[in-house]
Amino acid sequence: MEIEELQPILEAIIYAADDPVRPEQLKEIFPDESYDKIETALQGLAEVFNARRGGMWIREIAGGYRMTTRPEHHEHVRAYLKTKPGAKLSMAALETLAVIAYRQPVTLAEILAIRGKKSTTALHTLLEKKLVVITGRKPVVGRPILYGTSKEFLVHFGLKDLSDLPTLEEFAQMAGELS
Amino acid sequence: MTIRLEGFEGPLDLLLHLIKREELDIWNIPIAHITEQYLGYLQLMQDLNINVAGEWLVMAATLIYIKSRMLLPPEPVQESAEGEEQEDPRRELVYQLLEHQKFKNAAQMLYTREEVENAVWNSPPRELLEDEKEVVAVTLFDLLRAFHEVVKRFEAQSSMELDQDDVTIDQKLAEVRRLLMVHDSLAFSSFFTRTMSKRHLIVTFLALLELVRLREIWLYQEKAFEEIHITKSKPAGDTA
Repeated sequence: MEIEELQPILEAIIYAADDPVRPEQLKEIFPDESYDKIETALQGLAEVFNARRGGMWIREIAGGYRMTTRPEHHEHVRAYLKTKPGAKLSMAALETLAVIAYRQPVTLAEILAIRGKKSTTALHTLLEKKLVVITGRKPVVGRPILYGTSKEFLVHFGLKDLSDLPTLEEFAQMAGELS
Repeated sequence: MTIRLEGFEGPLDLLLHLIKREELDIWNIPIAHITEQYLGYLQLMQDLNINVAGEWLVMAATLIYIKSRMLLPPEPVQESAEGEEQEDPRRELVYQLLEHQKFKNAAQMLYTREEVENAVWNSPPRELLEDEKEVVAVTLFDLLRAFHEVVKRFEAQSSMELDQDDVTIDQKLAEVRRLLMVHDSLAFSSFFTRTMSKRHLIVTFLALLELVRLREIWLYQEKAFEEIHITKSKPAGDTA
Protein backbone atom coordinates (compact mmCIF):
# COMPACT_ATOMS: atom_id res chain seq x y z
CA MET A 1 0.00 0.00 0.00
CA GLU A 2 1.19 3.48 -0.80
CA ILE A 3 1.92 5.78 2.13
CA GLU A 4 -0.70 8.17 0.76
CA GLU A 5 -3.28 5.38 0.99
CA LEU A 6 -2.14 4.34 4.42
CA GLN A 7 -2.24 7.76 6.04
CA PRO A 8 -6.00 8.44 5.93
CA ILE A 9 -6.57 5.03 7.55
CA LEU A 10 -4.05 5.80 10.27
CA GLU A 11 -5.71 9.15 10.84
CA ALA A 12 -9.07 7.43 11.28
CA ILE A 13 -7.60 4.92 13.72
CA ILE A 14 -5.88 7.62 15.77
CA TYR A 15 -9.13 9.54 15.96
CA ALA A 16 -11.17 6.53 17.04
CA ALA A 17 -8.61 5.09 19.48
CA ASP A 18 -8.92 5.51 23.22
CA ASP A 19 -5.19 5.28 23.82
CA PRO A 20 -2.19 6.61 21.94
CA VAL A 21 -1.71 4.44 18.83
CA ARG A 22 1.68 2.76 18.69
CA PRO A 23 3.32 1.69 15.40
CA GLU A 24 3.68 -1.89 16.66
CA GLN A 25 -0.10 -2.08 17.12
CA LEU A 26 -0.60 -0.90 13.55
CA LYS A 27 1.88 -3.49 12.31
CA GLU A 28 -0.56 -6.15 13.51
CA ILE A 29 -3.28 -4.66 11.33
CA PHE A 30 -0.98 -4.16 8.36
CA PRO A 31 1.21 -7.26 8.41
CA ASP A 32 2.37 -6.64 4.84
CA GLU A 33 3.73 -3.20 5.60
CA SER A 34 7.11 -2.69 7.20
CA TYR A 35 7.41 -1.17 10.63
CA ASP A 36 9.56 1.61 9.21
CA LYS A 37 6.98 2.45 6.60
CA ILE A 38 4.23 2.65 9.21
CA GLU A 39 6.38 4.89 11.35
CA THR A 40 7.24 7.13 8.41
CA ALA A 41 3.57 7.31 7.48
CA LEU A 42 2.65 8.27 11.06
CA GLN A 43 5.29 10.97 11.27
CA GLY A 44 4.31 12.37 7.88
CA LEU A 45 0.64 12.30 8.82
CA ALA A 46 1.28 14.18 12.07
CA GLU A 47 3.37 16.76 10.23
CA VAL A 48 0.80 17.46 7.53
CA PHE A 49 -2.10 17.33 9.95
CA ASN A 50 -0.50 19.75 12.39
CA ALA A 51 0.69 22.12 9.65
CA ARG A 52 -2.97 22.80 8.93
CA ARG A 53 -3.15 24.54 12.33
CA GLY A 54 -6.72 23.45 12.82
CA GLY A 55 -8.47 22.87 16.10
CA MET A 56 -6.96 19.42 16.52
CA TRP A 57 -3.41 18.17 16.56
CA ILE A 58 -1.71 14.81 16.48
CA ARG A 59 0.78 14.43 19.27
CA GLU A 60 3.32 11.83 20.27
CA ILE A 61 2.39 10.55 23.69
CA ALA A 62 3.62 7.49 25.58
CA GLY A 63 5.27 5.97 22.53
CA GLY A 64 2.21 6.43 20.33
CA TYR A 65 0.13 8.98 18.49
CA ARG A 66 -2.96 10.65 19.85
CA MET A 67 -5.32 13.22 18.42
CA THR A 68 -6.43 15.94 20.82
CA THR A 69 -7.85 19.40 20.65
CA ARG A 70 -5.32 22.20 20.81
CA PRO A 71 -4.90 23.62 24.33
CA GLU A 72 -5.38 27.20 23.12
CA HIS A 73 -9.05 26.45 22.46
CA HIS A 74 -9.71 25.15 25.94
CA GLU A 75 -11.89 28.05 27.08
CA HIS A 76 -14.39 27.63 24.29
CA VAL A 77 -14.40 23.85 24.40
CA ARG A 78 -14.93 23.94 28.14
CA ALA A 79 -17.69 26.51 27.81
CA TYR A 80 -19.46 24.28 25.31
CA LEU A 81 -18.97 21.07 27.30
CA LYS A 82 -19.85 22.90 30.51
CA THR A 83 -17.10 21.08 32.37
CA LYS A 84 -14.78 22.27 35.05
CA PRO A 85 -11.06 21.53 34.99
CA GLY A 86 -10.38 18.09 36.38
CA ALA A 87 -8.99 17.43 39.83
CA LYS A 88 -5.33 18.28 39.93
CA LEU A 89 -2.56 16.73 41.96
CA SER A 90 -1.41 18.46 45.14
CA MET A 91 2.02 20.07 45.21
CA ALA A 92 3.17 17.37 47.66
CA ALA A 93 2.06 14.68 45.20
CA LEU A 94 3.75 16.46 42.30
CA GLU A 95 7.02 16.79 44.22
CA THR A 96 6.96 13.14 45.17
CA LEU A 97 6.18 12.28 41.57
CA ALA A 98 9.08 14.43 40.36
CA VAL A 99 11.47 12.55 42.67
CA ILE A 100 10.15 9.20 41.43
CA ALA A 101 10.29 10.27 37.76
CA TYR A 102 13.90 11.39 37.94
CA ARG A 103 15.28 8.88 40.43
CA GLN A 104 13.43 5.73 39.44
CA PRO A 105 13.50 3.02 40.51
CA VAL A 106 13.45 4.54 43.97
CA THR A 107 12.48 3.46 47.49
CA LEU A 108 10.30 5.33 49.95
CA ALA A 109 13.36 5.96 52.17
CA GLU A 110 15.20 7.56 49.26
CA ILE A 111 12.19 9.78 48.53
CA LEU A 112 12.17 10.80 52.20
CA ALA A 113 15.86 11.69 52.05
CA ILE A 114 15.35 14.03 49.09
CA ARG A 115 12.10 15.61 50.22
CA GLY A 116 13.10 15.81 53.88
CA LYS A 117 9.66 14.71 54.91
CA LYS A 118 7.41 11.71 54.94
CA SER A 119 5.72 11.10 51.60
CA THR A 120 3.49 8.14 52.36
CA THR A 121 0.18 9.91 51.71
CA ALA A 122 1.41 11.42 48.46
CA LEU A 123 2.76 8.05 47.33
CA HIS A 124 -0.58 6.39 48.03
CA THR A 125 -2.38 9.00 45.94
CA LEU A 126 0.05 8.40 43.07
CA LEU A 127 -0.35 4.63 43.28
CA GLU A 128 -4.12 5.00 43.40
CA LYS A 129 -4.11 7.19 40.31
CA LYS A 130 -1.82 4.62 38.64
CA LEU A 131 0.77 7.30 37.85
CA VAL A 132 3.28 5.30 39.85
CA VAL A 133 3.78 1.54 39.90
CA ILE A 134 5.82 -0.89 41.93
CA THR A 135 8.74 -1.98 39.79
CA GLY A 136 10.37 -4.47 42.13
CA ARG A 137 12.36 -4.72 45.31
CA LYS A 138 15.80 -3.36 46.02
CA PRO A 139 18.29 -6.16 46.72
CA VAL A 140 19.40 -4.71 50.05
CA VAL A 141 18.55 -5.52 53.67
CA GLY A 142 14.77 -5.44 54.15
CA ARG A 143 14.24 -5.64 50.38
CA PRO A 144 12.39 -2.31 50.21
CA ILE A 145 9.83 -1.76 47.45
CA LEU A 146 10.99 0.16 44.39
CA TYR A 147 8.71 2.63 42.66
CA GLY A 148 8.70 3.96 39.12
CA THR A 149 6.43 5.91 36.81
CA SER A 150 3.79 4.24 34.64
CA LYS A 151 2.58 4.65 31.08
CA GLU A 152 -0.36 6.54 32.58
CA PHE A 153 2.19 9.06 33.88
CA LEU A 154 3.33 9.78 30.32
CA VAL A 155 -0.26 10.15 29.15
CA HIS A 156 -1.26 12.34 32.09
CA PHE A 157 1.56 14.80 31.46
CA GLY A 158 1.52 14.53 27.67
CA LEU A 159 5.01 13.06 27.41
CA LYS A 160 6.38 11.09 24.48
CA ASP A 161 8.66 9.08 26.75
CA LEU A 162 10.78 9.68 29.85
CA SER A 163 13.53 11.33 27.80
CA ASP A 164 10.93 13.95 26.87
CA LEU A 165 11.31 15.34 30.40
CA PRO A 166 13.73 18.24 30.81
CA THR A 167 16.96 17.10 32.44
CA LEU A 168 17.46 17.65 36.14
CA GLU A 169 20.49 19.79 35.29
CA GLU A 170 18.16 22.41 33.86
CA PHE A 171 16.43 22.58 37.20
CA ALA A 172 19.80 22.67 38.98
CA GLN A 173 20.61 25.89 37.18
CA MET A 174 17.33 27.36 38.34
CA ALA A 175 18.08 26.17 41.88
CA GLY A 176 21.55 27.74 41.71
CA GLU A 177 19.96 31.07 40.90
CA LEU A 178 18.44 30.89 44.35
CA SER A 179 21.52 32.52 45.78
CA MET B 1 -7.77 20.04 68.05
CA THR B 2 -4.50 19.61 66.26
CA ILE B 3 -3.75 20.49 62.67
CA ARG B 4 -1.84 17.96 60.66
CA LEU B 5 0.69 19.39 58.25
CA GLU B 6 1.18 16.16 56.37
CA GLY B 7 0.83 16.73 52.65
CA PHE B 8 1.94 20.31 53.10
CA GLU B 9 5.42 21.67 53.13
CA GLY B 10 8.29 20.27 55.13
CA PRO B 11 11.33 21.65 56.96
CA LEU B 12 13.38 21.99 53.77
CA ASP B 13 10.63 24.12 52.28
CA LEU B 14 10.68 26.40 55.31
CA LEU B 15 14.46 26.84 55.07
CA LEU B 16 14.23 27.62 51.34
CA HIS B 17 11.45 30.05 52.08
CA LEU B 18 13.54 31.82 54.71
CA ILE B 19 16.58 31.97 52.43
CA LYS B 20 14.52 33.46 49.61
CA ARG B 21 12.62 35.88 51.80
CA GLU B 22 15.75 37.25 53.43
CA GLU B 23 17.67 37.10 50.13
CA LEU B 24 20.45 35.09 51.71
CA ASP B 25 23.38 33.58 49.86
CA ILE B 26 22.71 29.87 49.86
CA TRP B 27 26.47 29.18 49.80
CA ASN B 28 27.01 31.29 52.88
CA ILE B 29 23.98 30.86 55.09
CA PRO B 30 24.17 32.76 58.38
CA ILE B 31 23.41 29.64 60.33
CA ALA B 32 22.81 31.26 63.73
CA HIS B 33 20.27 33.63 62.22
CA ILE B 34 18.48 30.96 60.20
CA THR B 35 18.38 28.58 63.18
CA GLU B 36 16.75 31.30 65.25
CA GLN B 37 14.17 31.94 62.54
CA TYR B 38 13.51 28.23 62.11
CA LEU B 39 12.99 27.65 65.82
CA GLY B 40 10.68 30.66 65.89
CA TYR B 41 8.46 29.05 63.26
CA LEU B 42 8.56 25.75 65.09
CA GLN B 43 7.41 27.49 68.26
CA LEU B 44 4.67 29.24 66.30
CA MET B 45 3.47 25.93 64.89
CA GLN B 46 3.38 24.42 68.35
CA ASP B 47 1.50 27.43 69.71
CA LEU B 48 -1.06 26.98 66.94
CA ASN B 49 -1.40 23.36 67.97
CA ILE B 50 -0.04 22.12 64.67
CA ASN B 51 1.13 18.57 65.02
CA VAL B 52 4.85 18.92 64.35
CA ALA B 53 6.16 15.78 62.71
CA GLY B 54 9.48 14.22 63.67
CA GLU B 55 11.34 15.54 60.64
CA TRP B 56 10.87 19.12 61.88
CA LEU B 57 12.65 18.28 65.11
CA VAL B 58 15.38 16.39 63.25
CA MET B 59 16.04 19.51 61.17
CA ALA B 60 16.10 21.69 64.28
CA ALA B 61 18.70 19.38 65.80
CA THR B 62 20.72 19.43 62.55
CA LEU B 63 20.72 23.24 62.51
CA ILE B 64 21.81 23.47 66.13
CA TYR B 65 24.55 20.93 65.46
CA ILE B 66 25.84 22.88 62.46
CA LYS B 67 25.70 26.08 64.47
CA SER B 68 27.79 24.58 67.25
CA ARG B 69 30.34 23.21 64.79
CA MET B 70 30.66 26.63 63.19
CA LEU B 71 31.62 28.01 66.59
CA LEU B 72 34.44 25.54 67.04
CA PRO B 73 37.86 26.57 65.77
CA PRO B 74 39.10 24.42 62.89
CA GLU B 75 41.07 21.42 64.01
CA PRO B 76 44.73 22.29 63.48
CA VAL B 77 45.95 18.68 63.33
CA GLN B 78 43.88 17.75 60.34
CA GLU B 79 44.69 20.91 58.47
CA SER B 80 48.44 20.57 58.77
CA ALA B 81 48.47 16.86 58.06
CA GLU B 82 46.29 16.92 54.96
CA GLY B 83 46.83 20.46 53.85
CA GLU B 84 43.21 20.47 52.80
CA GLU B 85 40.62 23.02 53.53
CA GLN B 86 38.33 21.88 56.26
CA GLU B 87 34.87 21.00 55.11
CA ASP B 88 32.19 23.57 55.75
CA PRO B 89 29.74 22.08 58.27
CA ARG B 90 26.90 23.63 56.26
CA ARG B 91 27.85 21.89 53.04
CA GLU B 92 25.68 18.83 53.35
CA LEU B 93 22.62 20.90 54.24
CA VAL B 94 23.22 23.22 51.29
CA TYR B 95 23.38 20.29 48.89
CA GLN B 96 20.23 18.89 50.39
CA LEU B 97 18.50 22.24 49.94
CA LEU B 98 19.67 22.59 46.34
CA GLU B 99 18.59 19.03 45.58
CA HIS B 100 15.21 19.71 47.12
CA GLN B 101 14.83 22.93 45.14
CA LYS B 102 15.65 21.03 41.94
CA PHE B 103 12.76 18.67 42.53
CA LYS B 104 10.49 21.54 43.51
CA ASN B 105 11.27 23.07 40.12
CA ALA B 106 10.62 19.72 38.45
CA ALA B 107 7.28 19.51 40.28
CA GLN B 108 6.44 22.97 38.97
CA MET B 109 7.16 21.75 35.45
CA LEU B 110 4.82 18.79 35.98
CA TYR B 111 2.20 21.19 37.29
CA THR B 112 2.40 23.26 34.12
CA ARG B 113 2.22 20.18 31.94
CA GLU B 114 -0.82 18.98 33.83
CA GLU B 115 -2.46 22.36 33.24
CA VAL B 116 -1.93 21.95 29.51
CA GLU B 117 -3.22 18.38 29.51
CA ASN B 118 -6.28 19.56 31.39
CA ALA B 119 -6.96 21.93 28.51
CA VAL B 120 -7.06 19.33 25.75
CA TRP B 121 -9.61 16.70 24.85
CA ASN B 122 -9.30 13.58 22.81
CA SER B 123 -12.12 11.72 21.13
CA PRO B 124 -14.99 11.30 23.59
CA PRO B 125 -14.20 8.54 26.05
CA ARG B 126 -16.57 5.65 25.94
CA GLU B 127 -16.99 5.65 29.67
CA LEU B 128 -19.98 3.42 29.72
CA LEU B 129 -18.34 0.25 28.56
CA GLU B 130 -14.70 0.94 29.14
CA ASP B 131 -12.32 -1.91 29.90
CA GLU B 132 -13.83 -3.73 26.92
CA LYS B 133 -16.44 -5.36 29.04
CA GLU B 134 -18.22 -8.26 27.50
CA VAL B 135 -21.81 -7.42 26.96
CA VAL B 136 -24.53 -10.00 26.85
CA ALA B 137 -27.72 -9.55 24.90
CA VAL B 138 -30.86 -9.03 26.90
CA THR B 139 -33.80 -11.00 25.61
CA LEU B 140 -37.41 -10.30 26.26
CA PHE B 141 -37.34 -13.31 28.56
CA ASP B 142 -34.58 -11.81 30.65
CA LEU B 143 -36.64 -8.70 30.92
CA LEU B 144 -39.77 -10.54 31.92
CA ARG B 145 -37.87 -12.56 34.46
CA ALA B 146 -36.36 -9.39 35.92
CA PHE B 147 -39.77 -7.80 36.12
CA HIS B 148 -41.21 -10.93 37.66
CA GLU B 149 -38.64 -10.65 40.44
CA VAL B 150 -39.57 -7.06 41.02
CA VAL B 151 -43.21 -7.99 41.36
CA LYS B 152 -42.35 -10.92 43.63
CA ARG B 153 -40.37 -8.61 45.89
CA PHE B 154 -43.25 -6.19 45.88
CA GLU B 155 -45.69 -8.87 46.90
CA ALA B 156 -43.47 -10.14 49.66
CA GLN B 157 -42.91 -6.73 51.13
CA SER B 158 -46.07 -4.79 51.04
CA SER B 159 -49.60 -5.62 51.67
CA MET B 160 -50.82 -2.09 51.39
CA GLU B 161 -51.07 0.03 48.31
CA LEU B 162 -49.49 3.23 49.53
CA ASP B 163 -49.16 4.82 46.18
CA GLN B 164 -52.36 6.40 45.09
CA ASP B 165 -51.20 8.40 42.14
CA ASP B 166 -52.41 7.53 38.72
CA VAL B 167 -49.25 7.62 36.74
CA THR B 168 -49.64 7.30 32.99
CA ILE B 169 -47.28 5.75 30.50
CA ASP B 170 -46.64 9.16 28.98
CA GLN B 171 -45.61 10.57 32.33
CA LYS B 172 -43.37 7.60 32.91
CA LEU B 173 -41.78 7.91 29.47
CA ALA B 174 -40.93 11.53 30.20
CA GLU B 175 -39.50 10.57 33.56
CA VAL B 176 -37.22 7.88 32.17
CA ARG B 177 -36.01 10.20 29.41
CA ARG B 178 -35.25 12.84 32.01
CA LEU B 179 -33.34 10.38 34.16
CA LEU B 180 -31.24 9.29 31.22
CA MET B 181 -30.29 12.87 30.45
CA VAL B 182 -28.52 12.90 33.80
CA HIS B 183 -27.27 9.33 34.05
CA ASP B 184 -25.33 7.41 31.46
CA SER B 185 -26.56 4.09 32.65
CA LEU B 186 -29.12 2.95 35.18
CA ALA B 187 -29.87 -0.40 36.70
CA PHE B 188 -33.18 -1.93 35.67
CA SER B 189 -34.14 -2.52 39.28
CA SER B 190 -33.56 1.13 40.20
CA PHE B 191 -36.72 2.07 38.30
CA PHE B 192 -38.84 0.09 40.68
CA THR B 193 -39.05 1.33 44.24
CA ARG B 194 -40.76 -0.20 47.20
CA THR B 195 -43.37 2.46 47.56
CA MET B 196 -44.78 1.94 44.12
CA SER B 197 -48.15 0.39 43.67
CA LYS B 198 -48.41 -2.69 41.52
CA ARG B 199 -50.05 -0.60 38.86
CA HIS B 200 -47.18 1.86 39.00
CA LEU B 201 -44.72 -1.03 38.60
CA ILE B 202 -46.49 -2.26 35.54
CA VAL B 203 -46.70 1.19 33.99
CA THR B 204 -42.99 1.65 34.56
CA PHE B 205 -42.24 -1.67 32.93
CA LEU B 206 -44.41 -0.88 29.94
CA ALA B 207 -42.74 2.50 29.56
CA LEU B 208 -39.34 0.85 29.46
CA LEU B 209 -40.56 -1.64 26.86
CA GLU B 210 -41.92 1.16 24.77
CA LEU B 211 -38.59 3.02 24.86
CA VAL B 212 -36.77 -0.14 23.81
CA ARG B 213 -39.17 -0.48 20.90
CA LEU B 214 -38.56 3.14 19.92
CA ARG B 215 -34.82 2.46 20.19
CA GLU B 216 -34.42 5.30 22.60
CA ILE B 217 -32.90 3.09 25.23
CA TRP B 218 -30.76 -0.01 25.11
CA LEU B 219 -30.55 -2.83 27.55
CA TYR B 220 -27.48 -4.82 28.32
CA GLN B 221 -26.01 -6.99 31.02
CA GLU B 222 -22.40 -7.72 31.81
CA LYS B 223 -23.09 -11.41 32.26
CA ALA B 224 -26.05 -13.56 31.47
CA PHE B 225 -28.69 -13.53 34.21
CA GLU B 226 -27.13 -10.56 35.95
CA GLU B 227 -28.50 -7.10 36.59
CA ILE B 228 -29.91 -5.49 33.46
CA HIS B 229 -28.65 -2.00 32.71
CA ILE B 230 -30.39 0.70 30.77
CA THR B 231 -28.49 3.15 28.64
CA LYS B 232 -29.25 5.80 26.06
CA SER B 233 -26.52 4.97 23.57
CA LYS B 234 -26.04 1.62 21.92
CA PRO B 235 -23.30 -0.35 23.64
CA ALA B 236 -20.93 -2.50 21.65
CA GLY B 237 -22.00 -6.04 21.04
CA ASP B 238 -25.42 -7.57 20.61
CA THR B 239 -28.17 -6.06 22.62
CA ALA B 240 -31.86 -6.21 22.71
